[in-house]
Amino acid sequence: MTATANGGIRSTVTARAPGGAAVTTAGTRDWAEELWTSVSGADEGSATDVVFAALESGLDAESVLLDVVAAVQTRVGVEWAANRISVAQEHAATAINERVIGAMDRHPLVAAARPSAHRGHVTVACIDGEWHALPARILAQVLGLRGWRVDYLGAQVPTPHLIGHLHRTAPDAVALSASLSTRLPAAHMAITACQATGTPVLTGGAAFGPDGRYARQLGADVWAPDARSAAERLGEGLPEPAPAHQPVDDLPHLSDQEYTLVSRSKFRLVGAVMTGLEDRVPAMRDYTELQRQHTVEDIGHIVDFLAVALYTDDRSLFTGFLAWTADVLTARGVPAFTLRPALDLLAAELRDFPRARDLLAAGSGTVPSPPGPRGGTGDGGAR
Amino acid sequence: MRRTESESADRGDVTPDTSPYPIVVLSADGSVLRVSPSARILLGDVPQDRPDALRSRAPWLATAHLGLADGPRPPAPSAPSTSGPSGPSGAEPWGDGVRGLLDGRSLEGRPVPGTDGSVTWWLLDDSDRQRAERELARERERTAFLAEASSRLLASLNVERCMDVTVLEAVRRLADAAVVIGPNPGRRLRLVSCVRGGSPAAATTTQSPDMVPGLSEALQGFPPVPSRWINPAAAPAWLVPEGFGPVGSMAVVPLPGQGVPAGALVLLRHEDGAAFDENEETLARLFAARAGAAVSSARLYTEQAAITDTLMRELLPPRLQQTRGVEFAGGYRPAGDQDRVGGDFYDVHPATADQRETLAVLGDVCGKGLEAAVLTGKIRNTLHALLPLTGDHQRLLTLLNRALLTSHHTRFATLVLAAVRREGDRARVRVTSAGHPAPLVVRADGVVERVETRGSLIGVLPDVTSTTANLMLGPGESLVLFSDGITEARGGPLGGAEFGEDRLRAQLAGCAGMPAEAIVEHVQMIAAQWVGAGRHDDMAVVVISMPHGAHLSMVGGTGPGRYTA
Repeated sequence: MTATANGGIRSTVTARAPGGAAVTTAGTRDWAEELWTSVSGADEGSATDVVFAALESGLDAESVLLDVVAAVQTRVGVEWAANRISVAQEHAATAINERVIGAMDRHPLVAAARPSAHRGHVTVACIDGEWHALPARILAQVLGLRGWRVDYLGAQVPTPHLIGHLHRTAPDAVALSASLSTRLPAAHMAITACQATGTPVLTGGAAFGPDGRYARQLGADVWAPDARSAAERLGEGLPEPAPAHQPVDDLPHLSDQEYTLVSRSKFRLVGAVMTGLEDRVPAMRDYTELQRQHTVEDIGHIVDFLAVALYTDDRSLFTGFLAWTADVLTARGVPAFTLRPALDLLAAELRDFPRARDLLAAGSGTVPSPPGPRGGTGDGGAR
Repeated sequence: MRRTESESADRGDVTPDTSPYPIVVLSADGSVLRVSPSARILLGDVPQDRPDALRSRAPWLATAHLGLADGPRPPAPSAPSTSGPSGPSGAEPWGDGVRGLLDGRSLEGRPVPGTDGSVTWWLLDDSDRQRAERELARERERTAFLAEASSRLLASLNVERCMDVTVLEAVRRLADAAVVIGPNPGRRLRLVSCVRGGSPAAATTTQSPDMVPGLSEALQGFPPVPSRWINPAAAPAWLVPEGFGPVGSMAVVPLPGQGVPAGALVLLRHEDGAAFDENEETLARLFAARAGAAVSSARLYTEQAAITDTLMRELLPPRLQQTRGVEFAGGYRPAGDQDRVGGDFYDVHPATADQRETLAVLGDVCGKGLEAAVLTGKIRNTLHALLPLTGDHQRLLTLLNRALLTSHHTRFATLVLAAVRREGDRARVRVTSAGHPAPLVVRADGVVERVETRGSLIGVLPDVTSTTANLMLGPGESLVLFSDGITEARGGPLGGAEFGEDRLRAQLAGCAGMPAEAIVEHVQMIAAQWVGAGRHDDMAVVVISMPHGAHLSMVGGTGPGRYTA
């Protein structure tokens, strides 16, 4: 198990484009496919050409953003998970998409379509520690196209900066984006802090779950599955923000301190599991330094997800992550069966933590069993 | 009847004559049998043996009494019926008795059944308790209103929002419409008004506050004026929210600020609404005190934030972009999440007619936070002034060193200079480090090289030495300048490990051919994930990339890339 790339872990892909295909293939050209070709070839110029051609063919700017650019960004995530592109290529593709969005703004058709009347003022930001800025950027663009005044603060906005911004500008609402489930505790802090300033919070992004369950759990005022519905919800007017409260009021189960103790002892847990794995999995003794490093990172991710599953008290968050990890490892040709001994070792370390033990037992049920003697060695490091 | 009395007397029970409380004994049909002296004071002379006599004085008691016969008879004398009827007579079941009004006093009647079908009603005068309870409930309600209003007012440090909350809270409890008028430093008055059930609306007017009695004084915050009820006819049209209709009563309440005027609150009620009583006036003043404190705090914060923003603007790292066909991108993360600036800095000075090289500089001042940032500002200004000398890095560094030595700052700095000049599809770069980690070059094939340049740090020794490296960047190749905050970042999955140059090089090896900002973001993300929630130093990275492919040569030209920056 040496293949979850540095930080690429997310619960699902980063952007959604429901029903996009039918729109983008209108006419004779499949714009999303053409943009994908340019973006995956790191060809910024032709990427801009494709998007301009789509605009000039009559596709409106919002559809280009959501059904072409966002669709391609979704595919970037899928391709990465399938090990067909690297993290660095993922970043390059994202950078090109960002530039394409910037270039769209300067296209005369987009400038002409942009309404001047202001419907209201929205701040769009990514949660602290969240680097996937594109979904938030696309939302900011869509809102701008629909006549909102938008302050886009970008990726990984420290909560104190966000709150300072809200005090200075007093927007009608703040839209917070998070893709990584491990950012949920940070998202919770940010949501509560924003509400304490009297600003209603709209949330979106894969981190909040496909049905928005974590958004509700963390007390967000509104959750939207995609940029279109976010824009529509904003258009309907937002409710009064939840009254100022302590974050722990939303999650009474935190009183058992398991989240605190597990996240605080992360390094010790990772170290103990590494030591244990070397005893249990003979193949690991032959790992290269790089393979070992990847394994350490993978265990770190497991502990991170265990912690966030404790935070949300949601078993499916942990089992879903493990199933996804097993798939990614398999896609990278790395046997996933070291996951189970790692979970067993964690369970032994955390035997005094009933909720954590329960999560780890559930997790063990979702990962492949170690095979018999025939396939017992992992080759690892196929990254 | 006599038998009952004598029995009671035999048992030593109180009789109507000796009872310290008013007692009236009623027969089963409601006729008054006996009345204690104190009850007589309450009831007056009620003729005895007339079933309807009591009804004219205390119908609620008569009804309750007759109801006792319909309901289940209480089993014990101490447990009177709770199922007494509540009729149109004003009686209402209350606990284990009945309550009603008599000459404006609140009486509670408690029935004690006698053995012969008569009932002894004890009448308790609880008017004072009732009044106290009403007063308590009112006071609780006022306190709850003030507490909730306070927490809403305290939530924001934004003046407009505080004014919005002020009118919203005022119409929730105090008035049918409310107008907040901001203190007027200029000539225009800023108003926020709200009608109950509506939303706050902001407006400005050039009308004079003198048109409203007491408003000018309230806005100036001096001399102190009490809130005052003024003739509603004196309300000018601009003050009354649109669609409000005729004003029944109106009050001007000053918002006391913290040494500065915070404005005034005008409360309006409809003609048919109740007038304000003394309690409500007190409540309005208490509310205004809180609103005034919130508005003036917000005003102070806004002023401070504006000052900070202005000063900070010069210290923030600039936005980098493509310059003369070469991509420049930078990223910066200060040590403290609260901070926006720190001891790392970078700048890019585009080539000019005189100066044909674009100069990129990335540096690190000893220390963190605002103090270090102030010195970065000085260094950046000094470097800007020295731009004509960028042809000679050694000379530039010598002059900068001299400037730093003579300043009162005791801090020192390290920096790296990169002078870039495009030659066809390649870029010629001269790189000089002054005590700074050597930059790395990412070649198109993924090989990562360290640039061979070294030099002494700035601001310590009277003389500085340096060696400048020359290199060429081909299409898709990048030069990466970074501060030691990245390579010395501590963290990793096991904690405590240094990120190190090797890990940085390994990451950069995957970045060949990537756009400059993608490399910056990648390095920043990897470093941020390495430190996790741990502490870290300022982290800065600047990437200079030669774009690959022909497309970017169209930038600024007439090709399809016409809208590209």
